[in-house]
Amino acid sequence: MKIAVCVKRTPDTETRIKIASDGKSIDEAGVKFVLNPYDEYAVEEALKLKEAAGSGEVVVVSVGAASAQETIRNALAMGADRGVLLKTDAVSLDPLPTAKLLAGELKSGEYDLIFFGKLAIDDYSHAVGAMVAELLGMPAVSSVSDLTVDGSVGTAEREIEGGVEVVEFPLPAAVTAEKGLNEPRYPALRGIMMAKKKPLDVKDVTLPEGGLELVALTLPPQRQEGRIVGEGPDAVPALIDALRNEAKVL
Amino acid sequence: MADILVVLEQRDGVLKRVSHEVLAAGRVLADASGGQVHALAIGGPDLSGDGLGAFGADRVVVVGDDAVKLYQPELYSATVTDQVQSGEYSAVILSATAMGRDLGPRVAAKLDCPLAADVTELSSDDGIVVKRPAYSGKAIYTLRVTSSPVVIAVRPNAVAPIDGSQAGIVDTGQVASAVRAARAVTKAIKQPERHAVDVTEAAIVVSGGRGLKEPEHFSLIEDLAGAVGAAVGASRAVVDAGWRPHSEQVGQTGKTVSPNLYFAVGISGAVQHLAGMRTAKVIVAINKDPDAPIFKVADYGIVGDLFEIVPRLADEIRKIKEN
Ligand SMILES: Cc1cc2nc3c(=O)[nH]c(=O)nc-3n(C[C@H](O)[C@H](O)[C@H](O)COP(=O)(O)OP(=O)(O)OC[C@H]3O[C@@H](n4cnc5c(N)ncnc54)[C@H](O)[C@@H]3O)c2cc1C
Ligand SMILES: Nc1ncnc2c1ncn2[C@@H]1O[C@H](COP(=O)(O)O)[C@@H](O)[C@H]1O
Repeated sequence: MKIAVCVKRTPDTETRIKIASDGKSIDEAGVKFVLNPYDEYAVEEALKLKEAAGSGEVVVVSVGAASAQETIRNALAMGADRGVLLKTDAVSLDPLPTAKLLAGELKSGEYDLIFFGKLAIDDYSHAVGAMVAELLGMPAVSSVSDLTVDGSVGTAEREIEGGVEVVEFPLPAAVTAEKGLNEPRYPALRGIMMAKKKPLDVKDVTLPEGGLELVALTLPPQRQEGRIVGEGPDAVPALIDALRNEAKVL
Repeated sequence: MADILVVLEQRDGVLKRVSHEVLAAGRVLADASGGQVHALAIGGPDLSGDGLGAFGADRVVVVGDDAVKLYQPELYSATVTDQVQSGEYSAVILSATAMGRDLGPRVAAKLDCPLAADVTELSSDDGIVVKRPAYSGKAIYTLRVTSSPVVIAVRPNAVAPIDGSQAGIVDTGQVASAVRAARAVTKAIKQPERHAVDVTEAAIVVSGGRGLKEPEHFSLIEDLAGAVGAAVGASRAVVDAGWRPHSEQVGQTGKTVSPNLYFAVGISGAVQHLAGMRTAKVIVAINKDPDAPIFKVADYGIVGDLFEIVPRLADEIRKIKEN
């Protein structure tokens, strides 16, 4: 079974975000970067399927700066076989250019499955997986929390508002991973050592033009200073009064 | 004059509230450019587009077919793309729901056009400008759309439905011919035992956290939610502990909600929780620890024991509602 996993380097969720002096990006000083948490589910699922099949290859692909090699190595340490970095310092806030680069790389790979995270926790687009599938003309299921693959047929469950959709699809296909799909393994020391020797191909690429121009990156509007209406159950009437007469939401 | 296409969303033949929200968003752009708002409603044969003029539609195209009763990604994306190509549209707007978050990227890829995802504000003067949260809601991007058309996914509850007076013409359309080509097929929707309002769609959300101490105590949260007519939400701590289903989790690895009113009960207010609810219009925190970070984002707070406060709050609200 030949499987690709697309991974992105993202700031850790605990990171305090500071806006850089250009007003268009974050100040990366002191920021800890990690493998996008949803991509961990994607890597884990690929490894599990390869293990179940008894043979195959798991290839990790990322679009990003040279620093994304570290992210790819994280996935290799979990157990993936080799990595490809499509190296560019440019970033696009329109997800389509990134999807085009990934589709270009994956097109001739003859993958049975291509995994993505459901979203990247920096840009929150929730888009690249479905876009790549569309560009490759592959069936795709997004935000999958349960997956079974039986020969050339897959069955996926995806959480929707107030229910779960059950989707059947033929392979080859693309799947984007939601929390709950599995419990990602921690790389063992041996895996980390081995990852250093696994092949990682770095290719220089040019990010295609997107259709969104960044005007500004700002901190969210400060929420108006709230107030403690009181202590204990005796404060309940004051709270209700504020909600009805001041905020007018009850 | 370019028009705006809005994609409506239904379940069991009933249009969802988000459909009225995307119509309102479409109106914002159409009124600025002098174009029209066209709505595309895809669903089963019983789907009706009547009355949508009042919510802002100039024209409604209804595609009612058993084949597209459930969300079928390939059929829906082909149908939307066909509609876009049959007219002159500067934007396609849908809701950033489970459906819209899947459909939007597909349509953008097919049309080779940009996607503005998870948008919380949009405006148009000298081009379309959108705002969208990033970095778990810790920063906001302002983006200008530089090519046409653009696909915009609007976060649920971010735009209020309007009460207009358009007459609205209703037409019937057809499922794109891709109908026979679909490979991935949605077979069914499994409903949970208790059918509740989803947190992302509710106007009021009451969420509980580890402060409730035992899973049984969530009955207090359910009771308050019942009294105010709210959906129940949860912090990750109680979801990971198996007290509540993941579908109720609010936060970075759960759902993103923007209700009019959000109650955080026995929730400390970790950054990952805030990521999911900081765009709520009004936040109420009930916590015994006056230094809990949740009070930093709350509009109103009560410091104290939730086991005393919540029942009293539910009772008093019920009393008001009875009068
Ligand atoms: C990658 C990652 C993703 C995450 N994603 C999410 C997410 O999506 N959503 C999420 O919620 N969390 C998420 N978390 C977890 C988050 O960091 C917190 O651990 C979690 O939100 C804490 O849940 P809590 O507030 O219920 O519990 P706690 O932090 O334990 O807070 C309990 C609160 O209850 C109060 N309390 C206790 N007893 C009472 C009482 N009798 N009356 C009143 N108040 C009382 C306490 O003062 C305390 O403030 C994530 C973490 C990571 C690392
Ligand atoms: N630069 C990138 N390189 C590789 N994969 C990416 C990149 N950006 C996004 N992805 C993949 O697409 C998923 C969704 O990302 P997004 O659409 O940006 O929210 C991620 O979880 C990754 O699997």
